[in-house]
Amino acid sequence: MKKGYLVLENGAVFEGDLIGALEASGEVVFNTSMTGYQEIVSDPSYAGQIIVFCYPQIGNYGINHLDSESEHLHLHGVVTGEQCEEPSHYLATGSFSNGLLQSEIPSLTGVDTRSLVKMLREYGTMKGQITAELPNTNVEWKSEKSFVPTVSVKEKTHYPGEGPHIVLMDYGYKKSILTSLQSLGCAVTIMPFDTTFEEVVDLQPDGVLLSNGPGDPEALSGTFETIRLISEKYATFGICLGHQLLALAHGASTRKLPFGHRGSNHPVKHLETGKVFITSQNHGYEVVQDTLEDTGFALTFVNLNDGTVEGLKHHHYNIQSVQFHPEAHAGPSDTAYLFDAFMNQITRTGDQHYAFT
Amino acid sequence: MPLRKELKKVVILGSGPIVIGQAAEFDYAGTQACLALKEEGIEVVLINSNPATIMTDSSIADHVYMEPMTLPYVEEILKKEKPDGIIGTLGGQTGLNLVVELYEKGILEKLNVELLGTSVESIQNGEDREKFRQLMLDIGEPVPESKIAVTREEALTFAREIGYPIMVRPAYTMGGEGGGFAADDNALLEIVDRGLSLSPIHQVLIEKSMLGWKEIEYEVMRDENDTCMIVCNMENMDPVGIHTGDSIVVAPSQTLNDYQYQMLRNVSLKVIRAIDVIGGCNIQIGLNPESNDYYIIEVNPRVSRSSALASKATGYPIARMAAKCAIGFTLDELPNPITGNTYAAFEPALDYLVVKIPRFPFDKFPEGDRVLGTQMKATGEVMAIDRSFEGALNKAVRSLESGHQSLTGLYEEVSQEYLNEQLMTPTDDRLFFISEAFRRGYSVKDIQLLTAIDRWFLHKVKRIVEAEVKIMNQTDLSEELLIHVKQLNVSDAYISKATGKTIDSIMSMCKEAGIQRGMKQVDTCAGEFEAITPYFYSTYLGSDEVQKTNEPGILVLGSGPIRIGQGVEFDYCSVHATQAVKKLGYRAIVMNNNPETVSTDYSVADRLYFEPLSLEDVLAVIEKEQIIGVAVQFGGQTAVNLAEELHERGVPILGTPVENINKVEDRDQFYQLLDSLSIPYIEGKMAYQPGEMEELAAELGFPIIVRPSYVIGGQNMFIFRHMDELKRYTQKLESSSKKMWPFLLDRFVEGIECEVDVICDGESIVIPGIMEHLERAGVHSGDSTAIYPPVSITEEQKETITMYSEKLSQALECRGLMNIQFVIEQGIIYVLEINPRSSRTVPVISKVTNVPMVEWAIKAQLQENSLETTGLLEETPYYTVKFPIFSNGKLKNVDHVLGPEMKSTGEVLAIAKTSEEALRKAIVPMWDPNKLPSSILCSISAEHKEAACDVLMKLKEKGVALYATPGTAELLNDKGISSITIKKDLDEIEALMKEELSAVVSIPTIGREKERSGFQMRALATRYKIPCFTHLDTLQLLVLEGSKTFEVNSLEHWHQMKETPIGQEG
Repeated sequence: MKKGYLVLENGAVFEGDLIGALEASGEVVFNTSMTGYQEIVSDPSYAGQIIVFCYPQIGNYGINHLDSESEHLHLHGVVTGEQCEEPSHYLATGSFSNGLLQSEIPSLTGVDTRSLVKMLREYGTMKGQITAELPNTNVEWKSEKSFVPTVSVKEKTHYPGEGPHIVLMDYGYKKSILTSLQSLGCAVTIMPFDTTFEEVVDLQPDGVLLSNGPGDPEALSGTFETIRLISEKYATFGICLGHQLLALAHGASTRKLPFGHRGSNHPVKHLETGKVFITSQNHGYEVVQDTLEDTGFALTFVNLNDGTVEGLKHHHYNIQSVQFHPEAHAGPSDTAYLFDAFMNQITRTGDQHYAFT
Repeated sequence: MPLRKELKKVVILGSGPIVIGQAAEFDYAGTQACLALKEEGIEVVLINSNPATIMTDSSIADHVYMEPMTLPYVEEILKKEKPDGIIGTLGGQTGLNLVVELYEKGILEKLNVELLGTSVESIQNGEDREKFRQLMLDIGEPVPESKIAVTREEALTFAREIGYPIMVRPAYTMGGEGGGFAADDNALLEIVDRGLSLSPIHQVLIEKSMLGWKEIEYEVMRDENDTCMIVCNMENMDPVGIHTGDSIVVAPSQTLNDYQYQMLRNVSLKVIRAIDVIGGCNIQIGLNPESNDYYIIEVNPRVSRSSALASKATGYPIARMAAKCAIGFTLDELPNPITGNTYAAFEPALDYLVVKIPRFPFDKFPEGDRVLGTQMKATGEVMAIDRSFEGALNKAVRSLESGHQSLTGLYEEVSQEYLNEQLMTPTDDRLFFISEAFRRGYSVKDIQLLTAIDRWFLHKVKRIVEAEVKIMNQTDLSEELLIHVKQLNVSDAYISKATGKTIDSIMSMCKEAGIQRGMKQVDTCAGEFEAITPYFYSTYLGSDEVQKTNEPGILVLGSGPIRIGQGVEFDYCSVHATQAVKKLGYRAIVMNNNPETVSTDYSVADRLYFEPLSLEDVLAVIEKEQIIGVAVQFGGQTAVNLAEELHERGVPILGTPVENINKVEDRDQFYQLLDSLSIPYIEGKMAYQPGEMEELAAELGFPIIVRPSYVIGGQNMFIFRHMDELKRYTQKLESSSKKMWPFLLDRFVEGIECEVDVICDGESIVIPGIMEHLERAGVHSGDSTAIYPPVSITEEQKETITMYSEKLSQALECRGLMNIQFVIEQGIIYVLEINPRSSRTVPVISKVTNVPMVEWAIKAQLQENSLETTGLLEETPYYTVKFPIFSNGKLKNVDHVLGPEMKSTGEVLAIAKTSEEALRKAIVPMWDPNKLPSSILCSISAEHKEAACDVLMKLKEKGVALYATPGTAELLNDKGISSITIKKDLDEIEALMKEELSAVVSIPTIGREKERSGFQMRALATRYKIPCFTHLDTLQLLVLEGSKTFEVNSLEHWHQMKETPIGQEG
């Protein structure tokens, strides 16, 4: 294998073995999950990023036909301690490193990822590049555009079902959100991120789900008004980026976290019951708690570790949102019940509609 | 919910003596729990009869009761202490069973003691086979179908109903003997026939087989508010069928994808919620390797061996959190002590792998049946951490101290047929047979077919084997290869052996090539948060993150895995040494590799290195830390054995000079020393080859003791009374290992044995107490019943013992602790042996005399003339008896007859005002002392017959029916003691045992020979759970005089009594 490097914005260099001859740049983030690498790399929320896996042995069970969260890989690179070339699993169709190669995703392995993670924790998320040669001059770090337009569907896709009709606003949705809705019998229409309010109304949905997606929610400021209108009219559920967009659309603000939350072990506390749930998370931004005051939102979940906003519920409108991923994959499904709660939200709206008319 | 303020006083039940299946992990759990409760202001009462533990220190609990762990005694304690609550889920199966019994007998209710944590109903839902089964069916979770059969016809019907393959388990057989897998009717009937005849209750369990399935474990925490989470999951490298305690285990799971990981996680949470556990819980699941089908194998509604492992593997202190949950806290209220700023309600993420390998006692019991199955056989375990499986596996292998430093090289001579057989039938050495198979060119697929081990593990083992072979075959060790093998953490010792270079030259080659270890932190969170815990491991796959310091540190070497002869007592000593080092103002650095122990709790040392205790690993830690001295006296023989190699490399060793350590371990030097001090010893000779042994024996005269040099626990020691016995033994030896030579031959003196632990400061000595062995010499000190203060040693003899100890200490320039064993025969006091270190009796004597022996020893090593009191200290006004506990019934083919080789796995302590009462309490685990046996079967060897008559007469007079084998019956008859003669026929003996027999007295000439009928008789007694006395001096305990009470007292109470002697109590 060829030597390769991960060069960071702060000048630090990590050496490793380059798999394939490809190079890449992007924001370097780390994920603490010990399983689920296939789900993680195929999560469109990682678009444009270089993922560092904290767990050192990646690829043990290979890759398979079932576990990808999207058809294409949108991330820019992968950094690991070791990638298993002899995977063992009854479903395995090939090795992880081969999968990355075929999707032309550069990866650097044999890296002391723990040291790298500690640096990211201390310096905060940084840009970086995977290269075969050490750069001679100073690297110019470009700021990236929003990846939402790239990862979002270009046109409407409909999945029929017997139950309520859900419009899934796609900012980079994970397949598991779709399958979670389908498993409850929903008909789902997936719409591009820039769908207008009128287009949504025309679809006559029973509820709207704003999906996860990559990057800074502020970059989508053009959609805030649409989102506000949708959420005031329909039972609305926001996940991850969707949650941030709902908060922004109703007047709250967001900010970047020092190094984000990415992993399968994040405890969130449900304020009503005091119960703690372990959740799957993948986000670099948070809703600022102090800015919720005049938005009509109440806090439902907080992160047990750093107290950040993990869930919101609107006092007047039928809106719920969570920062974490109830659809799991990778990660625990302790909060899968929130999809049922969304169904109840819809039923309640139905009752209200009935009462008002 | 916050702390329940109404709880003022809480009882914690310990797990009693160490037996196979229940080891030091409960000392770790109990210690954590006691401290967790104490820091909330709760008064803690601890009940545990095991004196070798940390938890029974008066500093851990407020009131420590070292009393028998049976209902009458525990009830007395509860009456006396009047606690508000009791926790039974931290003391293993012993604690759990006791608390259930206390509840069921209505004692808790009567005494108004609340059961804290998991309720009895929940415990039973997890423990009771049928209740558990029903509960699983109710919640729709699959358990393997099973039925009990008492006839072959029934078995066949059930098997066809359930479908093959079938697992057959005979009820109550030794080590699961007679069970097996059946793939069809014929095989089934064969196993069932055998199983039914072997089962004392004539029952077999017919169970759906999960042969070859993956065995996965989850450690779960749950609080009262139903917050429920996983601390760690683990995967057994060995598939279902081998007890998890006997399996090689890796954490986290390696071959499960996220779907499966989460599926089984959800199942675990669902089951634990259904059982309604509060605290920690372990669940074992079988997963089909070819689908997502699974079965729940077992649930332990308490902390366990696995939870100790999970705690050490992740850094998450399960027992501590379980104790806090039991007193009302919820997990989100409890800080995660590792990070300090996050909470206990989260799931640890690892950025390393952990490998556990069990430690088996077959080096001590070469005759034992080594086949692994559902009955656990390991006495202890090691754990290793690295950033690759290969690295962790190699580190674990060298932590085992089983003599091998590599995977290959152990079975190169075996035939292919034998090799295949060993691959198919798992034994303790299967890893090494797999390695040998790879060395011979077997493919991963071949081995997978034979072992059913997942390919992932096999590929990794293959990679190590290939690397080992490569070094062996290379003439010149290239830098590239060296880097490769060190990244796999292949040992320097192996590289040295393979290349013919010295270890030091390998080390310097590594240095030159820039191959360096990084010391990484265990932080529960994969680096996501800053951790404040000084818990480290080394890896060749990453850079160092240990903060350099200039503060001088002292390295305390631990004792590695628990094995026969080296148990939890050395962990006690290591922990105390660490605390003493800290108290004296030095940084204490601890190295150990045993996940069950208190010493590997990150809160004990200033810095903990979870590492193998081999030269290269110890030197690496010394290099990182500013070590000004290494304490080698507290980690048993493991630590002492490192002293010389460290000393040679210029490492300062604390305590007795290393040259003098050798003086007591080398026979010739030892005799010279004793001669020069005019101290009598028992003449011995050294035999270098078989023929010599007979010659020397003739010179010394029989009886003689024969043993190989440099041993722990009297390994392979034998007493021979006649030349033919010796000849038979030497014939056998010729075919076995060469490593045992030379052999030591000693004249065997059958006198009173006693031992002392001496603390020396270079000038003066102090002896806190002399322990006398109840059995006459010839029984290993670890297996003997010992009493303090001594009952048959005169004042004058005590003075001589003290004088000899002083002379020896001065001659050896002893600093710290030293254990000396004596035998007294016809007024002459002989020195038997010296252990230049702390010993098994240190915790016992420390506790009963209230002398902090280890602390004084450390002080003596670090300061001049530190001893404030000297000489033999005044004896306590109460008696203490240490009684050995054997893991009978766990190991097939092992004879638990008392002899010069140590066989016990643990011990209990009893304290009372009189020696009789102390003895009576001590024997409780073997025999209810308030009951006389109704009938006894006696079989006594010729030489002991005379001596036996006295005690047998007494028993007879008390109305005990005596059965005897022909020879014994004849002698008894001669002495006018009538008995019923029983032929030396196993069927007849078995029939007697089945009917009714309260005890067996079997005093053999020589143990460990399977063909002897005595051995068979003892094995039968074990099968029928009939107490078996193998030494007359132990049998005496049945006819003790004196009052029978259940008086209980806490350790502190005894200590007070020491200050105010009996008779002057207010």
